Amino acid sequence: MTIPPHWYLALGTGLFTVGVVGVLTRRNVIVILMSIELILNAVNINLVAFSRMFHSVDGQVFAIFVITDAAAEAAIGLGLIIALFRNKETVNADEIDLLKW
Amino acid sequence: MTPVQALDFIRVLPEIVLASCAILVMVAEPFVSARHTAALAWVSLIGIVAAGAGNAWMRRFSGPAFGGSIAADPFASYFVYLLLLAAALTLLGSVRYLETNQVHHGEFYALLLLGTTGACLMVAATELIMIFIGLEISSISTYILAGFRRADKRSNEACLKYFLLGSFATAFLLYGIAFIYGLTGTTNLVQLSEKLSAPGARPPLLWIALILAFVGLGFKVSTVPFHIWTPDVYQGAPAPVTAFLSVAPKAAAFAVILRVFLGGLASAGALVFWLLWISALLTMCLGNLAALWQTNIKRLLAYSAIAHAGYVLVGMAAAKAAGPEAGEGIASVLFYLAAYALMNVAAFILVAHLAGAGERYQEADDCTGLAYQRPGVAACLTLLLVSLSGFPATAGFFAKFYVFRAAIHAHLIGLTLVAVLNSVVAVYYYLRVVVAMYMREGNPRASASPLPWPLGAALALSLVGIFYLGLFPTPFVRLANLAASPLP
Repeated sequence: MTIPPHWYLALGTGLFTVGVVGVLTRRNVIVILMSIELILNAVNINLVAFSRMFHSVDGQVFAIFVITDAAAEAAIGLGLIIALFRNKETVNADEIDLLKW
Repeated sequence: MTPVQALDFIRVLPEIVLASCAILVMVAEPFVSARHTAALAWVSLIGIVAAGAGNAWMRRFSGPAFGGSIAADPFASYFVYLLLLAAALTLLGSVRYLETNQVHHGEFYALLLLGTTGACLMVAATELIMIFIGLEISSISTYILAGFRRADKRSNEACLKYFLLGSFATAFLLYGIAFIYGLTGTTNLVQLSEKLSAPGARPPLLWIALILAFVGLGFKVSTVPFHIWTPDVYQGAPAPVTAFLSVAPKAAAFAVILRVFLGGLASAGALVFWLLWISALLTMCLGNLAALWQTNIKRLLAYSAIAHAGYVLVGMAAAKAAGPEAGEGIASVLFYLAAYALMNVAAFILVAHLAGAGERYQEADDCTGLAYQRPGVAACLTLLLVSLSGFPATAGFFAKFYVFRAAIHAHLIGLTLVAVLNSVVAVYYYLRVVVAMYMREGNPRASASPLPWPLGAALALSLVGIFYLGLFPTPFVRLANLAASPLP
């Protein structure tokens, strides 16, 4: 039995929503980063589902690029967070408030 | 699918040159002693010039490359020149800055070149996957550049904000692209345009994809309401990096908006037009109004950059509204971006010099009486600000003139009126800095040391450009028109 494409899309939308809500409500920078990764994975699920729907490989190739990009982003992001933590000793977004208005 | 040929590589020559030069700089960096780091800057500058030469030579070989994912056309070529110019000016402005701030590392130049490479790929891409890759190459390099002064808390904060909001926006863009792919079955802009313009082929959910993609790109060009990061990042990032950030990724993202929303997705007419129209209105008004209250020069220029993005969007809305005669609007946008690049990079690298070691003096008041100590520097900053506010005889004037004319020709009278009013309001905050320099007595706290020669050369180059565009715009307008031709 095959799973119809819109099930995958529903899963993707769910992950996307969780990610967006996470970015907007969480205050820990690392959790925000994780929420962004969730959105990227929602994109990947959509891409692979569409790719299967069209019987073409484009979407899967795209998904591999997205995975690579997510890895690069995680590496850079954690590096930046360490650089910040060395100076400020916090990863709380509310305390990162030197620059305002 | 045609096999890859040598011609394909020729058509991405500027990107290849830039990327090789960046890798060379990065590999050579550990072997170069700290005293000679400046040599890496000159190597990078040679790389940029060589990429420009490659771009000129490539003109004879224009056409699609790599199975239609990249196009070497006059449009891409125009933007590549513009991006290389921004990179070269930034580089000249940052050599001494990095020494003064004791962060003179070769990686800076490598990242600058990679950021430019990504932006060049973005403007040449005609395939959504390629656009995404270019965007990420340029974004990831600029994230690091924004935090380049590692010991400075403001720089840390700026780069973290830029990174988090930037990747959030990229995720939105990707989600939009995934939907476009799902609805049409293709990510190639040419095929997309063919599929969507076929009668009765309009997929029902396309508007969601469009809005998501617009949010992602709107972030990169800092349109209201996705501009919140801009002032913070522009203030906190090292000033030469801000110069680069405010021009290169922004111009590249505008090129992508032109290619995607006026090229590939052109048939989704009304929604795109209203998206552009509303964000143009909000961006102009909010950018200018918020700039009125700023005392910090970097922040003031950040809000001014937001307002300028609004004027560019007016040109885009005009192009969209004009339908088949979109050429005039697109050409006005291209002209505007060239003028904007010259003015903004120069202004930020001059501010980088004035702010001194550790960027301590960024307030407008720190420039009090600067005209009496350093008349040349003050005059230079004045000319740049005057051009940014759009006075006649400067590039800023004709940039605004062509955009407004295109908007009137497209019957966007209301929007043009708002834009004109906005540019009048803008004069106030630009001139406030000038008033502080000329009309008030006192000792300027801002660095009164003489301009280092690379910075002087960069400023001279941009001032010549600004006055050339302001006095003899016609040849350049012809160039912009040529570049605008391959779009719709």
